[in-house]
Amino acid sequence: MSEVKYSKEHEWIKLNGEEATIGITKHATEMLGDIVFAELPEKGSNVDKDGTAGVVESTKAASDVYTPVSGEVIDTNQMIVDDPSKINEDPEESAWFFKLKIKDKSEMDSLMSKEEYEKFAKETSA
Amino acid sequence: MSIKKTSLNNLHIKYGAKLVEFAGYQMPIQYKDGIIQEHKYTRSHSGIFDVSHMGQLFISGGDNLTNDLEKIFPADLKKLKTNQSKYSFLMNNKGGIQDDLIITKTSDGFLIILNAACKYNDYEVIKAKLDNQYKLNLDESLSLIALQGPEAKNVLNKVIPGCNSLKFMNGNNYVYNNKKVYITRSGYTGEDGFEISIKHSDAETFVESLIENGSKLIGLGARDTLRMEAGLCLYGNDLDNDTSPIEANLKWAIPKSRIETEFVGSEVLKNQFQSGVKKLRVGIKPDSKVIARGNTKIYNDKNQEIGKVTSGTFGPSVEHPIAMGYVDNSYSTVNTKIFLEVRGKKIPANICNLPFYKKNYVKGEINV
Repeated sequence: MSEVKYSKEHEWIKLNGEEATIGITKHATEMLGDIVFAELPEKGSNVDKDGTAGVVESTKAASDVYTPVSGEVIDTNQMIVDDPSKINEDPEESAWFFKLKIKDKSEMDSLMSKEEYEKFAKETSA
Repeated sequence: MSIKKTSLNNLHIKYGAKLVEFAGYQMPIQYKDGIIQEHKYTRSHSGIFDVSHMGQLFISGGDNLTNDLEKIFPADLKKLKTNQSKYSFLMNNKGGIQDDLIITKTSDGFLIILNAACKYNDYEVIKAKLDNQYKLNLDESLSLIALQGPEAKNVLNKVIPGCNSLKFMNGNNYVYNNKKVYITRSGYTGEDGFEISIKHSDAETFVESLIENGSKLIGLGARDTLRMEAGLCLYGNDLDNDTSPIEANLKWAIPKSRIETEFVGSEVLKNQFQSGVKKLRVGIKPDSKVIARGNTKIYNDKNQEIGKVTSGTFGPSVEHPIAMGYVDNSYSTVNTKIFLEVRGKKIPANICNLPFYKKNYVKGEINV
């Protein structure tokens, strides 16, 4: 079974073997409002844990997207670049951002479980 | 200082507004539908905007008032008919814009609609320039509600019969709930519409009746995207103390009859009319989907900095990023290739005509 974890920067990460799929949470999309632009990391590039790995923009403002773990970018989701509104529609499934070949699985340990994230999101948005 | 609330605060909460502080007031940035839907609803039907934070300054008393106001504002106030409105500016001696405003001639004087963040300062400046000779009332017992969109005239006419006969940039007195309301046909969205000045105690029931007739509340977020598509300036972003109306490409608002006359800043403006300006406000269309927001630096094809963006967003009706800003006048021609520095990259863009969204009287036409 694949494991889903969450970061304080409102990204989710699903690990399947060595392959990590990363996107932003529904809670994040609700805070951002209508998303009108998405920029993703380049395929083949390396990203470091907590570093910038993309940008989303709503009608109001731009926000960086961070990667919760380090690794090599093996795939990006062109669908959300072509139609950024998909991120609002289905943020935690089809509108994933990028896939990494994870460098160090132990980086997953510091991330939150679903329950922990929901509590964190509720507290920080209150 | 505690944050102020408008008479519609409870209604904003009832309709699910996300509230933010703006110019000292708690204001709705958006409601449940979100900025894009609110924007589109205003363009296809009609939207209600709480603009009660703006200043409503009434000036009256004395035969010389029109003359004295013409020493302050570069508008042709002598030619203004009762209930007619003009867009104008409060300027400093350097010709810089301290506020942009709408002046309407009333039966006993003038009504000036001021930006929320400027209104108290404007009041002091205008009062001092008029040497305390007249009665000035920055009336905080009135709410101001804008109704904008192609259906605005039909919706408002059901609630206040007769107002659909008003002409653009004209106003008149009407009655709502047995009390006087003042309505002008004007707005800030590029759509047909009205602004209604109404007692606080009647504002909530008035807005509910607009909603019952099909309008929806629209937040400041969509107000901003609507005005940008319409090519309209936001004071503090696109206009400021160091920018003249000529530089802001708002020459049309200075009537020819006033150019040779004296008003605050007239020397600078006269000079700019004759010799031209160094910088000019232009429309900017990025080639790609990248959004260039306020303060984005603008470069020419030789990598020299030539200006900066003052407003930018994604235009929901034109379905493309849009921006406006100031460039060195030699780059202000339409179709000039420029580059916008966004997150360290130079994004190609073109100078384009304003507005991005052009309204004709029957239906909207897209101009990107």
